[in-house]
Amino acid sequence: MTPISVVTGTMVPLPQADIDTDQIIPKQFLTRIERTGYGDFLFHDWATTEEGAPSSDFFVNDPQRAGAKVLVAGRNFGCGSSREHAVWAIQDWGFDAVIAPSFGDIFRNNCVNVGLLTVELPDDHVALIQQIAQDPNATIRVDLEQQVVEAADYVFEFDIDPEVKERLLQGLDPIGLTLQEEAVIAAYESRRPVWLT
Amino acid sequence: MSGRTLFEKIWDDHIVTGDDPALLYVDLHLVHEVTSPQAFAGLDHAGRKVRRPDLTLATVDHAIPTTARSLGIRDPRSKKQVDTLRVNTEKHGITFFGLDDPRQGIVHVVGPENGYTQPGKVIVCGDSHTSTHGAFGALAFGIGTSEVEHVLATQTLWQRRPRTMAVEFDGPVPPGVTAKDLILGMISQLGVGGGQGHVIEYRGEAIRSLSMEERMTVCNMSIEGGARAGMIAPDETTLAYLEDRPLAPKGGDWEAAVDYWESLTTDPDAVFDTTHHIDAANLIPHVSWGINPAQTAPITSSVPDPDAFSDPIDRDSVVRALQYMDLRPGTRFVDIPVQHVFVGSCTNGRIEDLRSAAHIVAGKKVASGVTAVVVPGSMQVKAQAEAEGLAEIFESAGFSWREAGCSSCLAMNDDVIPTGERCASTSNRNFEGRQGRGARTHLMSPAMAAAAAVAGHLVDVRDWS
Repeated sequence: MTPISVVTGTMVPLPQADIDTDQIIPKQFLTRIERTGYGDFLFHDWATTEEGAPSSDFFVNDPQRAGAKVLVAGRNFGCGSSREHAVWAIQDWGFDAVIAPSFGDIFRNNCVNVGLLTVELPDDHVALIQQIAQDPNATIRVDLEQQVVEAADYVFEFDIDPEVKERLLQGLDPIGLTLQEEAVIAAYESRRPVWLT
Repeated sequence: MSGRTLFEKIWDDHIVTGDDPALLYVDLHLVHEVTSPQAFAGLDHAGRKVRRPDLTLATVDHAIPTTARSLGIRDPRSKKQVDTLRVNTEKHGITFFGLDDPRQGIVHVVGPENGYTQPGKVIVCGDSHTSTHGAFGALAFGIGTSEVEHVLATQTLWQRRPRTMAVEFDGPVPPGVTAKDLILGMISQLGVGGGQGHVIEYRGEAIRSLSMEERMTVCNMSIEGGARAGMIAPDETTLAYLEDRPLAPKGGDWEAAVDYWESLTTDPDAVFDTTHHIDAANLIPHVSWGINPAQTAPITSSVPDPDAFSDPIDRDSVVRALQYMDLRPGTRFVDIPVQHVFVGSCTNGRIEDLRSAAHIVAGKKVASGVTAVVVPGSMQVKAQAEAEGLAEIFESAGFSWREAGCSSCLAMNDDVIPTGERCASTSNRNFEGRQGRGARTHLMSPAMAAAAAVAGHLVDVRDWS
């Protein structure tokens, strides 16, 4: 996992509330057995006609939005299905961070596990950043170490789980770390009741 | 020191090390074809093995066809996904209920019916509806593929301690009102993010009166209210369901297990972070009208007016929903026609659900212009329904009777609802495109969906004769 400390770049505003992971990556792309290559299908059904041609000026079809690094979303972003494919698609498209007033619980965990930074800010701060993001050239800077977001002349501080922060900053492999706990896992297993097969 | 909730007892009993986050031991890991291939690939790439294949169970459900098994899988990518799971389970020595196994079915149906799901267990699966298993007084929640890999390798997960929420369903459940209505009613009141960061314990007279199948319907949709897990304390109903299931403890082990399970109740002096009350006694059957499960209302009401919503974000959401659903404010729900009916899914694909739907359609015919399908939640449910004569009732009425799988709930297979058509569905999500691009989903109970199939439009099943 690639460590994250600062994300800088342009952004995409997506203010709609309750965007579920079915919208982020529709089910027809979940039969792939790979972990990569989902970026081309990000928000597929919102961005294409039934025949698969670009259908609108939705951001994935907008050349001015290409290369954006931060998605600025609405509340409860990533609710619904646990499909990690949604996070893979967002990251594969090019985003390194998502800012929203709140996130679906499973989605947020999945982001930590693949190294996509999620930042929670109050509704009015997110709305302000979305306003700034109307300009496709406006840039934003998300500093994980300092826990601040800077856009236009604004500086917003954010809270983050210190354990999550450390994992993202260091790009740690959680399985490798847990395997170092072998002795305590084995000890726990020896205490489990026999009927618990 | 105050007492502990059911959740806290299970949490405490599974801490391997740490506090918050804690490293939790996983008693049962359920695996299916869609969210596991990348996890097994990661494991192989790192040269790791599955720590406890004996605590892991795999089946195929999400993307498989529901047509005759002899026809095989037509879609090459789905076939490859299913083959990949078979190879991975053989390689790692994991029990696999494959397409040709009489125990195959939706992962959240086969776990309980074979006795894998038990009170007090920590149960995970790469699927958000893992909350279903909480009906047994287990702590069960959905995880992503990276976490699937972590559990395969270590049989543990690092977790932050969630907050606790009690939802008290007060009063008895009125006739014609089902478990589906209880949970849809709750989600419409709490909102689609209302349970975020919480584990819900469902309590109260209405909950205690439910069968295990009904409790599973309630817990299944916890995630639609934003809660990763929902649970119900085990009682006599739970024990009666579990006893003699293939994987349930036997003999002296059963006695020891029951002793432990009987301790799994929330202490009278335990404190929840949040408590909500739902007036179950006055609940009316619910249907969804929008594009998330909180956009749901009593069948006796009508399509809401966006102007009635003061929050601008809520109003935009309703406008978008009515546009997608092609509904006008003020239209009575019972006047909405349907072209498709889907009875099935991990929410409502169990034997009691099929009995309830069959009871409504017995001796009647599906309305002309309506395509109605029943997809049993598992091959064991299918066999039982056939033995009880339910399949015959459905087929005589004009329903298509299928093999087990997730089917039209998420339409990863060929069971896709066409663009612009409307489906009365017993599934759990009415998201845009969920049942097919441009398809319009109305969530409801099996009895309500069955009645809609016969009437050709949404109906209040309490008026059914």
